[in-house]
Amino acid sequence: MDIAFLLNGETVNLSGANPAQMLLDWLRTERGLTGTKEGCNEGDCGACTVIVQDETGTKPLNACILMLGQLQGKSVITIEGLAGPNDVLHPVQSAMIDHHGSQCGFCTPGIVMTLAAAQITGETDYDTQLAGNLCRCTGYAPVVRAAEAAASQPVPDWLVPAADEVVRAAEDAGGPHLPRTPDELAVLLMEKPRATLVAGATIVSLRATKELLDFSEVVFLGHVSALQNIAVTDDTIRIGAGVSIEALRQFLPAHHAHFAAMLDRFGSAQIRPAATLGGNIASGSPVADAVPPLIALGARLHLRRSDIRRDIALEDFFLAYGRQDIQPGEFIEAVTVPRQPDRLKVYKLSKRFDQDISAVLGAFDIAVEDGTVTTARIAFGGMAGVPKRALHTEETLAGQPWSRATIEAAAAALAQDFTPIDDLRATAAYRMDAGRGMLWRVWHEDQGETIALRGVAP
Amino acid sequence: MSVSHPLPHDSAALHVTGRARYVDDIPVPAGCLHLAFGLSPEARGVITRADLSEVRTAPGVVLVMKATDLPHANDVSVAAGDEPLLARGEVFYHGQPIFLVVAESHLAARRAARAGQITIDPRPAILTIDEALAAESRFEGGPLIWQKGDASAAIAASPHMVEGVIEIGGQEHFYLEGHAALAMPQDDGGMLVHSSTQHPSEVQHKVAAALDLPMHRVRVETRRMGGGFGGKESQGNALAVACAVAAARTGRPCKMRYDRDDDMVITGKRHDFRIHYRAGFDADGRIGGVEFAHYARCGWSQDLSLAVVDRAMLHADNAYHLPAIRIESHRLRTNTASATAFRGFGGPQGMLGIERVLDHIAHALGKDPAGLRQLNYYAEARPREERRKSVQLTPYYQPVEDFELHAITAALLERAGYGERRAMVQEWNAGHGVLKKGIAFSPVKFGISFTLTHLNQAGALVHVYEDGSIHLNHGGTEMGQGLYTKVAQVAASAFGVPLEQIHITAADTDKVPNASATAASSGSDLNGMAVQAACDRIKSRIAGFLATKWEVTPNEVRFENGQVQAGAQSLPFARAARMAYHARVSLSATGFYKTPGLAWDRGAGRGRPFYYFAYGAAVTEVVIDTLTGENRILRTDILHDAGTSLNPAIDIGQIEGGFVQGAGWLSCEELLWDAKGRLLTHAPSTYKIPTASDRPAVFNVALWEGRNREETIYRSKAVGEPPFMLGISAFLALSDAIAACGPGYPSLDAPATPERILAAVNRVRAP
Repeated sequence: MDIAFLLNGETVNLSGANPAQMLLDWLRTERGLTGTKEGCNEGDCGACTVIVQDETGTKPLNACILMLGQLQGKSVITIEGLAGPNDVLHPVQSAMIDHHGSQCGFCTPGIVMTLAAAQITGETDYDTQLAGNLCRCTGYAPVVRAAEAAASQPVPDWLVPAADEVVRAAEDAGGPHLPRTPDELAVLLMEKPRATLVAGATIVSLRATKELLDFSEVVFLGHVSALQNIAVTDDTIRIGAGVSIEALRQFLPAHHAHFAAMLDRFGSAQIRPAATLGGNIASGSPVADAVPPLIALGARLHLRRSDIRRDIALEDFFLAYGRQDIQPGEFIEAVTVPRQPDRLKVYKLSKRFDQDISAVLGAFDIAVEDGTVTTARIAFGGMAGVPKRALHTEETLAGQPWSRATIEAAAAALAQDFTPIDDLRATAAYRMDAGRGMLWRVWHEDQGETIALRGVAP
Repeated sequence: MSVSHPLPHDSAALHVTGRARYVDDIPVPAGCLHLAFGLSPEARGVITRADLSEVRTAPGVVLVMKATDLPHANDVSVAAGDEPLLARGEVFYHGQPIFLVVAESHLAARRAARAGQITIDPRPAILTIDEALAAESRFEGGPLIWQKGDASAAIAASPHMVEGVIEIGGQEHFYLEGHAALAMPQDDGGMLVHSSTQHPSEVQHKVAAALDLPMHRVRVETRRMGGGFGGKESQGNALAVACAVAAARTGRPCKMRYDRDDDMVITGKRHDFRIHYRAGFDADGRIGGVEFAHYARCGWSQDLSLAVVDRAMLHADNAYHLPAIRIESHRLRTNTASATAFRGFGGPQGMLGIERVLDHIAHALGKDPAGLRQLNYYAEARPREERRKSVQLTPYYQPVEDFELHAITAALLERAGYGERRAMVQEWNAGHGVLKKGIAFSPVKFGISFTLTHLNQAGALVHVYEDGSIHLNHGGTEMGQGLYTKVAQVAASAFGVPLEQIHITAADTDKVPNASATAASSGSDLNGMAVQAACDRIKSRIAGFLATKWEVTPNEVRFENGQVQAGAQSLPFARAARMAYHARVSLSATGFYKTPGLAWDRGAGRGRPFYYFAYGAAVTEVVIDTLTGENRILRTDILHDAGTSLNPAIDIGQIEGGFVQGAGWLSCEELLWDAKGRLLTHAPSTYKIPTASDRPAVFNVALWEGRNREETIYRSKAVGEPPFMLGISAFLALSDAIAACGPGYPSLDAPATPERILAAVNRVRAP
């Protein structure tokens, strides 16, 4: 495959490159650009963070799980390209020195890149922005001080993306690995039903970096722009499968605020712009965080195989652990969610607050009128082999007075819905306790109790 | 003067631009080969067959080696000789290296390493503390026991008693840079090794033995590590030796770095402990006697475990005068990765034991835990001449002569508004059902010196060039702690020149031989003094030369503000250097230092293992969610004693970072193994170190304005490890919040994950 992109402002043309090679590996071994570090090789530590710019904006991404094929027509900035002409330091770099933000220095290039990206995108919640950059030395305090000091500085003009050049490089994009439309994708997948679909590569990459598998055939979805739209009508919200979690996070606050807030904790600032809603669903993971809220909202999943389209309730997609209702050659086009008043409560529970895989994620859509529960849709991740509705619990609530006694009964019913397992994230008993705790949290929140740890001041 | 200024880390500009080179970043000569280990799939057993044919034929493979292919010593242990580089017929933990692949690329080596067909006849693996006790699987025949007074009688004579058990989990270092080494064969048959190690001299020693060379033929260089925390004190030996053996065999440069998962599976971690305690006390909470039993899971080989577990015993008192104490210490041999050094080196576990006792007593008596702690403190330090009569002894009979915590505690509690906030927390809790707050104070008294006395030595090499530029070298390694900056400040201050005039160079066994590991917080104490000694020698030669020339006495010659001067005579330093050179004055010197006054008998548990103590104290406030056990640190206030700080910015960095690392150890960082002894938490996706939002939302860190009572370098104090244990305050605050949920005592185990917190909440509600 031929790949063209900008690297620190210079055009790179790779012919016959392995599109599944990771950018980090390529930078370090083939370009001798060793400023970008390998800390974990799985997208969890952020030491390999680079900035990628394209027509959709500026993103920090983990180079260790970013395939060269994803870069077609984009601009990549590494730590070597961050300083300006004559080695003028970027304001984040200066602030990191002035505020003693580096100790061993190994995580530092990644942190600098994340903060430089945040400066461009205007994000200033540094705890959230830095959740994907692990530092073992500083305790983060001086890093955040540096970030705050640099925030007021203007974005250096040398980092304004060279839009023309990016677009010019992108003109070459296309070909068998890079479908541009859903129709092209549909045709391609019928020809290559075993191809590995790569959208953000945040999950699939680990099969290369950790399981050391070769991908014989890869189809990159990043250029199928029609799958990346969110359309809102009077009745529904239609979210394309290629919509990134970051785009969803930006979109959702006006519609489902709790869901949006949970997405602040989905992966990290480097994962969210890469990861897609379709990928999260297709992974089939029992702890795919975007799924339970969508199930609670009554989402439908739209699938396509060749010209045949079908739609199913999202929860029906998940047949059993590791098995989904999808055929070879079939792909997810979109999810639709009925428009509705925002009652959705979403609670994510993990060992660490930020950037951790859920032990349990509960989503609750409970409508109460005149003191009686009229409808209840509840879905959990982490409580079964798949994301799953709590049907018995829902039934126990529906039509009952909204009261402690009803919650008590519903909490008891949770045991009919789920038989969770013990694993490294939680024991079965704790999962059940915490699931019940979340139901109680809906109640307490409704009663006006303080329930948000993040809202508490010392 | 450069010393005591908050100067940035010497590599800060390199860090932020990505130019700082770590081992894997060093440009290598053409033909460099890459290594990976094939690992044991079983925790314990006999290797009955090792079919490596598919490994040998895998793409890119150049060489495959088993234990029997190693030419000379097959040992990478620190001292005990019990840790083969490659397994000899038997395996003792899951992940133990069995064979070595040498290939054309890192990826090719990793791929090939998975193609080995290893057949192991499994033997029953001893994985847990209970299994090890049942099987009497230990290091050192039986438990080590130290006593002062008759603890059992003192407890029996006390009006009150508490007893209990605390489980304390281990900790993965998670240095951001994984282990790495690069070996380059030399034309004389020697070997140059770049190693990410805290102990280049030991790597040199192990490589020399593996190649059957005298040590002078092996040179080990370490410019910097991407974090160490103790995890690179001994655990890097295997990679360096593997590279050296492969390089000697192939004649090509060889490099090895562990993928993160391999790093976490293969290398050792902090020891997990179980501590049983029994304490007798009076109605005020004054302790009469304590008994501890420490059970430490040491893993499959001895490594540094004896010293680590000793240090847990040495901190079983923390800051408290315990009139009678008995400590029984069990060092258990298990079929898990060999537990190793980790910041605090056993001290944190020992300290948590006694802090648990204090917390339990305060709960039993319903007293303010901070006041109870102050009541039990050692006596305040007195001027030296008054000391003899009033001095109190540690459980190991070392007099506590420099106790600073009364004043530090009073200042911190005042600064943090502890009393008022404790009342506010109680009030807040009365009005909140789902969330509960907790607040806790905890002190640290940490002993400074290697307990293996001969390690308390250091060397330095200083050159002054004729242009006045200064080349600095010493045996210490830089792992991010700012050692090189601090020591350069010492050299700059000695010569009275700006820091820019000092060039800091990599730790190099060719320059300073026989260096101890950079460990035990001793880096700047030891190397700072050695460098100062070297600088003083050069200064005295220049001063002698100029004194003759200027007709003054040598001690009138001063090195200040970039000048060398005496009376009205003054020269820029560079000019003085050039003149000295022309006058044939030697401008190069070594320096040496050994810590005075140490004497220690570890078998008897008596003596003076520590030169001095470093102190600190913290107040932490947390909030927990009683529905799920989730929690958050709301505020931490710290006052820490770094003596007269060599560099306040670097010291505060150590304190902030140490606290967060310590709080992580006791909260979100959980190591889990399955029933077959396989580590389940072997990547950052499953092992969670603190991230940015886990630091205290309000984080006030200040240095105690003190000076070391001992004659350390510029009267500073070691600061690498002690602040780690300030994280105990977070754990105690979580326990305090749980205690607000019901009448029972939380008996919280570590790490206090949300799951453990919720279980404790349920326990205290229904005691």
